[in-house]
Amino acid sequence: METLKIIGAFIVLAGSIFLFLGSLGMVRMPDLYNRIQAGTKASTLGTILTLSGIIFLSSGWTGKLVILILFVLITNPVSSHILARAAHSVKLKLTDKTVTDKLTEDEELINEKQ
Amino acid sequence: MIYIIIAIVLGIVMIVMSIIAIHHKNITLAILSAGGVSLVASILYLLLAAPDVALTEASIGSGLTTIIFFYVLNKIKKHKHVEE
Amino acid sequence: MVNQILNISVIIILLSVLMSLFRFIKGPSTFDRIAAFDTMTISTIGLIGIISFLSGRGIYLDIAIVYGLLSFLGVIIISKYLEKSL
Repeated sequence: METLKIIGAFIVLAGSIFLFLGSLGMVRMPDLYNRIQAGTKASTLGTILTLSGIIFLSSGWTGKLVILILFVLITNPVSSHILARAAHSVKLKLTDKTVTDKLTEDEELINEKQ
Repeated sequence: MIYIIIAIVLGIVMIVMSIIAIHHKNITLAILSAGGVSLVASILYLLLAAPDVALTEASIGSGLTTIIFFYVLNKIKKHKHVEE
Repeated sequence: MVNQILNISVIIILLSVLMSLFRFIKGPSTFDRIAAFDTMTISTIGLIGIISFLSGRGIYLDIAIVYGLLSFLGVIIISKYLEKSL
């Protein structure tokens, strides 16, 4: 029983380190799209690991925590996708090191056909 | 002890967000900051062991106020466009 | 042992909230600030989970669900408004 609690506490610690790395990417990345990618991926994994660690720590709350994990897993990528689409539709600038941008090429192709 | 550290850090976040909400020129950002102040205040109520007050503060201060502000802002822009 | 590891995790999460706040203050465009706000609220859901274990009350997890729902709603409404398709 005691070892299970210590395993849960280390899983919570790993989740908080992932949340810290997500915020570090939010500060260090050069561009909006890179910032969205770093922030969303790392913070989704960090939140899921933190809540799973609390399942190990106290087993009476498993139902609520599973509902919360599924909720975060569904809503967080959807919100960042909508944010990135809105930023691309107002033509926000990419950084200089960007190699390819397929969506802009496709929109130009459609405009040429019409 | 750890509760005091959490309360101090969240208080700093709340003060900075309210200063942005008052002094910034961009109105979208001001509304977003005003919603953020309510979200942080709900965690402070949670630390003071009042979950019902925290639930009400989060749902009214951040949900309803933000939706009504953006709805009205959208109506005003459409109205100006029709008049011109 | 368990409580000390959880205290260290709380301090690391508070550091990440402060770093997101730095991007919220500095960010060049409005979208940067919205992304920083999103990251900050997602980090705070994990913080509410740890607080709920430390104080031993299961009712706090309901507030975490409402909190995530309201943050999601705010980001979607602001994005739709800036895209001019509300």
